[in-house]
Order: sequence, then structure tokens, then C-alpha cells
Amino acid sequence: MAQIFHRSTNTISRVSIFGGVAVLLTLFAAVAAINNASYLTEVRVARAQPVQFSHKHHVSDDGLDCRYCHTSVEKSSFAGIPSTKICMNCHTQIWADSPILEPVRASFRTGRSLEWTRVHNLPGFVYFDHSIHVNKGVGCSTCHGRVDQMPLMWRENTLYMEWCLECHRAPERFVRPREQVFNMEWQPPENQLALGQKLVREYKIQKLTSCSICHH
Amino acid sequence: MTEGARYKRVIVFLAAVLLAACQQRMADQPRYEPLQKSEFFGDNRSARPAVEGAVARGALQNDELFYTGKIGGKEADTFPYPVTETMFRRGQERFNIYCSPCHDRTGRGEGLVVRRGYRPPPSLHIDRLRQAPAGHFFEVMTHGVGAMPDYAEQVPPEDRWAIAAYIRALQFSQQARLSDVPENERRRLAETKR
Ligand code: HEC
Ligand code: HEC
Ligand code: HEC
Ligand code: HEC
Ligand code: HEC
Ligand code: HEC
Repeated sequence: MAQIFHRSTNTISRVSIFGGVAVLLTLFAAVAAINNASYLTEVRVARAQPVQFSHKHHVSDDGLDCRYCHTSVEKSSFAGIPSTKICMNCHTQIWADSPILEPVRASFRTGRSLEWTRVHNLPGFVYFDHSIHVNKGVGCSTCHGRVDQMPLMWRENTLYMEWCLECHRAPERFVRPREQVFNMEWQPPENQLALGQKLVREYKIQKLTSCSICHH
Repeated sequence: MTEGARYKRVIVFLAAVLLAACQQRMADQPRYEPLQKSEFFGDNRSARPAVEGAVARGALQNDELFYTGKIGGKEADTFPYPVTETMFRRGQERFNIYCSPCHDRTGRGEGLVVRRGYRPPPSLHIDRLRQAPAGHFFEVMTHGVGAMPDYAEQVPPEDRWAIAAYIRALQFSQQARLSDVPENERRRLAETKR
């Protein structure tokens, strides 16, 4: 019987099978790369703000504690964004005539709020609470990075579900003593695992991975 | 196909199209996040300021000493409840957050913000302030004084009392003698000095 396909089609079929797999793999890799590209995740992309507010100056150079401005971070789900009055505590006298601060003064005069651009914003179907993290020894810098070195605020982590779970599955890898939570310079010590396990026992930290913890 | 069946199909199709329009983006739910902008109110605030004269539940300020630091309109030299060690520690922490930017951690008034040009406050160790009643510190934090802004928004009343207690401890620490230290603690003091 005569062969229907010529010999050369063997190569074509091989190329198309392996080629197909290769194309699929490349596609997956590309999607994964795009998914984690800062273009989508906004990681380390500084946002324009109505006032060039610098955490670097206020935290590093002026030595302010996070809680001076984010007053509700220890007791509420919401960390709190400072009112114009809090800025004016100092800026009635410091840089009082500077044009950079005109929006702040205008807000103080008229009573209209400054409209800061949100940098972190979880979807509405996710529940997040600052107070529990802060009180169980998760430091600001673990999630927000070195805020004290940011001239403009950016996002240090993706805030993907995968990222939350990485810690919720093994909190001992990340927790620190409570009194270090606001310390921007804290680095995990060599024996982080041992320290973490001790703190997990001491603070009675659970491994919360059930869906209803964050979605309810 | 009968005429009726065709109508039914059209209706089901239209209903499906309309339902699709009801899809709601779960990520962006129709509720306000804290401090989110609102298009509804003239001042664009979703967090509404309380109506003047309204008293929130549990916020009735009916305890003169606790909420104003005064008794019969005069600054009181007593605390609304006994001062404990936890209160001192809380006061120390809060003082370092809210007051040290200007008054610095020792209370001498050389904080970083002062070095950047803010009007220098008096040292908390001058005689007038050592003799001032505790209620005076509470009053200063609640309403401010001269160039000092008020801290009523940032520091709740319990913490203002804790800070007042800590200022007393700070003042005392600058005048303390070795004989004020309990005997069993003196050795530790000598060790830390070295
Ligand atoms: C002088 C006041 C002040 C201090 C002190 C301060 N912040 Fe902020 N913070 C702000 C203001 C105002 C914004 C909003 C503007 C912006 O995003 O830059 C903000 C925004 C943020 C955001 C982003 C919020 C968003 O939009 O998602 C984070 C995270 C944050 N601060 C963390 C910190 C941490 C951590 C510290 C302590 C190391 C700190 N802040 C100290 C005033 C302050
Ligand atoms: C506790 C005092 C204090 C508070 C509160 C404060 N600032 Fe400042 N701010 C300073 C000082 C001090 C400087 C000067 C920084 C320097 O020269 O190192 C400054 C500088 C600035 C500048 C000039 C640019 C820069 O970063 O050097 C801007 C803009 C500014 N602040 C905005 C704000 C806003 C907005 C708020 C409220 C969220 C605020 N500040 C709250 C003390 C304060
Ligand atoms: C476990 C991780 C985590 C820790 C620890 C953490 N944050 Fe956040 N922070 C977040 C997330 C997630 C959001 C976004 C919340 C949202 O969109 O609802 C956020 C948002 C914020 C915001 C914007 C306002 C808000 O609450 O949505 C500020 C300000 C802020 N954080 C400051 C801080 C400070 C200051 C600390 C340290 C005391 C801190 N955060 C610790 C994860 C964290
Ligand atoms: C670096 C560690 C870490 C990260 C990252 C983290 N968490 Fe947590 N989370 C914890 C710890 C520790 C607890 C406390 C567990 C306990 O109660 O024992 C906690 C508790 C919680 C709770 C329980 C709150 C309650 O009221 O019971 C929620 C909800 C939560 N986290 C949400 C999130 C979300 C959403 C993210 C990501 C955006 C996240 N967490 C990221 C460490 C983390
Ligand atoms: C520690 C908190 C946490 C827990 C526990 C958690 N999630 Fe999530 N989940 C998140 C966060 C944060 C996001 C939003 C991620 C983003 O912004 O893309 C999310 C998003 C999702 C989404 C939407 C994904 C998308 O692409 O929009 C689904 C579906 C989901 N979670 C299902 C689950 C299920 C099922 C479980 C239980 C097995 C679970 N989650 C447990 C934090 C959590
Ligand atoms: C932004 C800088 C600044 C901060 C922060 C600040 N103060 Fe002051 N404080 C001042 C200045 C300036 C004065 C001098 C006021 C005057 O006489 O015009 C002052 C004066 C005082 C006085 C003396 C009042 C008198 O009778 O003369 C006390 C007490 C005091 N402050 C306590 C505090 C406490 C407690 C805090 C923290 C909750 C605090 N201050 C935070 C700037 C500050």
C-alpha cells in the first residue's frame, strides 16, 4: 500500500508537537512574568501625591514614629491617614511659607480634605486588619518595606493572596518581638526560626489559613 | 416553531442579557472603605463629621477631672485613678511618640523638630513646671498653649494622664539622689553606670 504521508511529514509532526509544548511553556512563563511585573503589581512604583510628602524626611531625618500620624494602627483594622491638622502641628512654623506646602495650608483654611492617592488597596472581598498583626509581632517593615527610605510612598509587596499565605502558613519565619514592630531597622537575626517559634508560643500565634479568615 | 415558543426564547434571551448587566465587581463593592472619597456629600467626605452637640455612645464627658484635668474649674494636682507602673510605661512610650519630637526624650526641649526651626519649648525641668499641678499637663495636651499645638486628636484622655504621670517621673529623675533608690537596686545602678 502506498504511504499517505511523505517521510518528511515526520519532522513536521515532531516539530509541531514539541514546538507546541514549547510555545505553551513560553506563554505560561510570559503570563507569570507579566503577573509579577511591577507594571501590574505596582511593586516599587512610587505614586504621585497631591503634596510631595516624604516618609524619608519625616521618619529618618525628623525621627517621627509611625503612630504620630497613623494613630489607629494599633487598635483598628485601618491604620489611619493623618488629618491636615496633624501636618499643621509642625507646619504652622516649619516651611510655613513654602509653596510645596500650599495644598496643606489651603486644606487647613477651607476644611476640605487632602486627597491622597491610595498606594495599597486590597479588593473589597478581602478582609484585613492592622491591629492583630501589629499586636502579634508583625513589623510594619515586613509588609511595607523600608518606609523610612521612601521619598514617595510605594508598595513593597504584591499583596497577592499567595503573599499573605506565605506568612500565615509559617508565621515563625517573620514575627519579631512586639517592641520592635515599629523599628524600621530591625533585621531578622541568624536564629530567626528559633526566636520565631518562641514568639509564636508566647503570643499564642495561630496558623490562620482557612478561607473564611480573609474572605467573609 | 410556534409563535409562542419564539416569544419565550426572545424573553429568555433578553432576561439573560439584562442579568449580565447586573454583574457586580466583587473587588469594588458598593460600600465605603475608611476615608474613601464620596461623590454624594458636598465636602466629598464619606466619614461624616458629627453633628454639632451630638454625643457618641460612651463618649459623654461627665467626669470633670478625667476629661478636663480640673476640679471645680481649677487645674487639679491629683490623678483620676491611682498611678501604676504600667501607666508609667505607657506614658513613657506615648511621650516618646508624641512629645519627644519637640521636647526630646529627656524633656529639655531640644527635639529634632526644634533643631529644624520650631520655636523651642521650655525645659520641663524648670521650677514653674515642677510645681505645676498634674492637671496642667493634661490641660496643655488637651488645648495646647502658645506655640504648642493640642494633642486631643492624637492622644486619648487615658494616655494623656499616663503622659502626665510620666512627666512627673521625668522631672523627679533629674533631681533624684542615690538615697531615693531602693537599697536592693543600688548595686544595679552602679553596674549600669560603668
Ligand atoms: C508625618 C506623618 C507621617 C508619619 C510619621 C508616617 N506616615 Fe505614613 N503616611 C503619611 C501620609 C500623609 C500618607 C499618605 C500619603 C502617601 O501615601 O505618601 C502616608 C501613607 C503611608 C502608607 C501608604 C498608604 C496607602 O496609601 O496605601 C504606608 C504603608 C505608610 N504611610 C506607612 C508608614 C510607616 C510604616 C511609618 C513609620 C515608619 C509612617 N508611615 C510614618 C504620613 C505619615
Ligand atoms: C512633627 C513635625 C512634623 C509633622 C507632624 C509634619 N511635618 Fe512635614 N516636615 C517637618 C520638618 C521638620 C520638615 C523639614 C524636613 C527637613 O528639612 O529635614 C518637613 C518637611 C516637609 C515637606 C517639605 C519637603 C520635604 O520632605 O523636605 C513637606 C512637603 C511636608 N513636610 C509635608 C508634610 C505633610 C503633608 C504632613 C502631614 C501629613 C507633615 N509634613 C507633617 C516636620 C513635620
Ligand atoms: C501583615 C502585613 C502588614 C503589616 C504588618 C502592616 N501593614 Fe499596613 N497595610 C497592609 C495592607 C495589606 C494594606 C492595605 C489594606 C487595604 O487595602 O484594606 C495596608 C495599608 C496601610 C495603610 C493605608 C491605610 C489603611 O489602613 O488601609 C497605612 C497608612 C499602613 N498600612 C501603615 C502601616 C503601619 C504604620 C504599620 C506598622 C505599625 C503597618 N501598616 C503594618 C499590610 C500590612
Ligand atoms: C508576615 C506575616 C503576615 C502576613 C504577610 C500577613 N499576615 Fe495576616 N496574620 C499574621 C499573624 C501572625 C496573625 C495572627 C494570627 C493569630 O491570631 O494568632 C494574622 C492574622 C490575620 C487575620 C485574622 C484577624 C482576626 O481578626 O482574627 C486576618 C484576617 C489576616 N491576618 C489577613 C491577612 C491578609 C489579607 C494578608 C495579606 C494582604 C495578611 N494577613 C498577611 C501574619 C501575617
Ligand atoms: C491570609 C488571607 C487569605 C486567605 C486565608 C485566603 N485568601 Fe483568597 N485572597 C486573599 C487576597 C489578599 C486576595 C486578593 C489578591 C489580589 O489582589 O489579587 C485573594 C483573592 C482570592 C480570590 C480571587 C482571585 C482573583 O484572581 O481575583 C479567590 C477566588 C480566593 N482568594 C479564594 C480563596 C480560597 C478558596 C481560600 C481558602 C482555601 C482563600 N482564598 C484563602 C487573601 C486570602
Ligand atoms: C511641635 C512641637 C511640640 C510637640 C510635639 C509638643 N510640644 Fe509641648 N510645647 C511646645 C512649645 C513650642 C511650647 C512652648 C509654648 C509657648 O509657651 O508658646 C510647649 C510647651 C509645653 C509645656 C509647658 C506649658 C507651660 O505652661 O509653659 C508642656 C507641659 C508641654 N509642652 C507638654 C507637651 C506634651 C505632654 C507633649 C506631647 C503630648 C508635647 N508638649 C508635645 C512644642 C511642642
